[in-house]
Amino acid sequence: MMSALISAATPTTTWYLVLSALLFGIGTVGVLVRRNPLVMFMCIELMLNAINLSFVAFAKRMGDIGGQTTVFFVMVVAAAEVVVGLGIIVSIMRKRPGANVDDISALKG
Amino acid sequence: MGDQVMQYPAIDWLAITPIIILLGGMMINLVIASLTRAWPRAWYAIATVELAVACVIVEMFLWHDVNTDGSRIIINNAISIDHFTLFCWIGVAVALALVSLSTSEYLRRESLDGPEVYALYICAALGAMIMTASNDMIVLFLGLETLSIALYVLAASHRRRAESQESGLKYFILGGFASAFFLYGIALIYGSTGTTSISGIGKVLSTEVFVKGDDAMLLAGIALLIVGLAFKVAVVPFHFWTPDVYQGAPTPVTAFMASVGKFAAFAALVRVVTVALPTRAEDWRPAVWVLAILSVVVGSVLAVVQTDVKRMLAYSSISHAGFMMIGIESIGHTGDVDGLPATVMYLMIYSVLVIGTFTVVSLVTRTGDASSDIGSFRGLGKERPALALAMTVFLLAQAGMPLTSGFIAKFGVIKAAATNHSYAVALVAMVASVIAALLYLRIMISMWLSDTEAGDEKREAIAIPVSAGFVVAVSAVFTLLVGVWPSWLIDASQAALQLAK
Repeated sequence: MMSALISAATPTTTWYLVLSALLFGIGTVGVLVRRNPLVMFMCIELMLNAINLSFVAFAKRMGDIGGQTTVFFVMVVAAAEVVVGLGIIVSIMRKRPGANVDDISALKG
Repeated sequence: MGDQVMQYPAIDWLAITPIIILLGGMMINLVIASLTRAWPRAWYAIATVELAVACVIVEMFLWHDVNTDGSRIIINNAISIDHFTLFCWIGVAVALALVSLSTSEYLRRESLDGPEVYALYICAALGAMIMTASNDMIVLFLGLETLSIALYVLAASHRRRAESQESGLKYFILGGFASAFFLYGIALIYGSTGTTSISGIGKVLSTEVFVKGDDAMLLAGIALLIVGLAFKVAVVPFHFWTPDVYQGAPTPVTAFMASVGKFAAFAALVRVVTVALPTRAEDWRPAVWVLAILSVVVGSVLAVVQTDVKRMLAYSSISHAGFMMIGIESIGHTGDVDGLPATVMYLMIYSVLVIGTFTVVSLVTRTGDASSDIGSFRGLGKERPALALAMTVFLLAQAGMPLTSGFIAKFGVIKAAATNHSYAVALVAMVASVIAALLYLRIMISMWLSDTEAGDEKREAIAIPVSAGFVVAVSAVFTLLVGVWPSWLIDASQAALQLAK
């Protein structure tokens, strides 16, 4: 009985895939509903890291190192995005402190 | 474990020379720019053009090389060197040269800093080249990000204009969002096929038979992949960023985005659907069909109701993306035979066309990029007849007028659709291009026929610097040349059919 419970509660890779899908969903919803550019950006990072988790889970399931190496590339890309994204956000915030994405809307039509 | 030696892949240095030229050129540009006193502004542009020309020359040699030795996949299945790759590389390098030339005087007029912009152009072109050549999803993703991150900075590079920064921010948030979808698509496809290699995925999918319902993860992956790329190429309904970003970005940068950005993303899409997913054509073709029809219709209709020329051209670029999607839809029917040459030819023609158009726009909007309203074209025919004439050529070509390159491009994709019995798509596309013709007519009427209004004489006179004039002339000549003598371009795009698999 106990061992059956333990084996049922032992995480398999599928659990991680479900978790990563959930995190990805949270990130997606976050980008869509939040209005602060910084928070939106953090949600994109959450999405990328959710993907990293699923890469690792797939790699573990298939016993393939490729998926795990991919994570490093994604991390580098995410870091580069942070550098550029924060630069753009800071340069906007300097001009208009406390602006959210609804305020930054000179371009429309 | 201890005696294991890491195996490095063999690297075919010769075949990636264009990439190395750009990478080295970018670094030298940055180092020299920060170590030496400022050069005369034009020199940076000339140096960039020289890099691009060097790339084109090497690519011509490589083309000949592939002719004799056949296409190959190099560096541990990461990069494929074939005619398709080289066709796109030449397109990207030409676009890089033209845009650098048209940027040179723009920077002087707007008193912006020089060299970094060129380094970013080169970096973006480098990413585009890696994207078009990649035979591995991860390499494709890295190329995509190299291109996109450079473009985010470029869009926001006009520091004093709030619109430019807004455009950079919007592009960055939505671009990052799209990249995440794209990457999740890669992850799911990796999970269901066990590989990220594009040709490897093709092989797995052609041999492995999925039990019905067992391929849900694969289908989700394909869907996310297409969504991610659809964002990048800006097709409806993933186009929302395009008008804002195109309008806000400095005009030469807009030209770069519309040419190189589209080139790379479409080339990647073409390679993914022809090499990796041909056996799943039944699954992705309907989605592409919907995207194509929506884009040509929505792009054309919304373009007509705009009053800002840059926004008009942004919507028109959406409708052009729809036309290229029609080419990809044809790939879904009979493989690459009809659709692929039509799509890559469309890309080449459109990228030259759009650079010419936006160069004219950047001259007409005058200092500060201030007035991209259609009114600023008023009286251009009297003030600068040559410029107005070139713009007319570009607009007629975009409308698909015979004897211009635009006709050849549109004819190619519609013919491919008709050959594959996608009559609905072909019909909608033709109707939409008639609607879009209204838009181009509006700009032409404003240039040639509109009466001057009070205050017009106070507007700044339009200066045509040599470099920008050269770009406009080259683009116009290309547009007309391909219009009357298209066979060489058609042959080249037919050659692009041989993808390395």
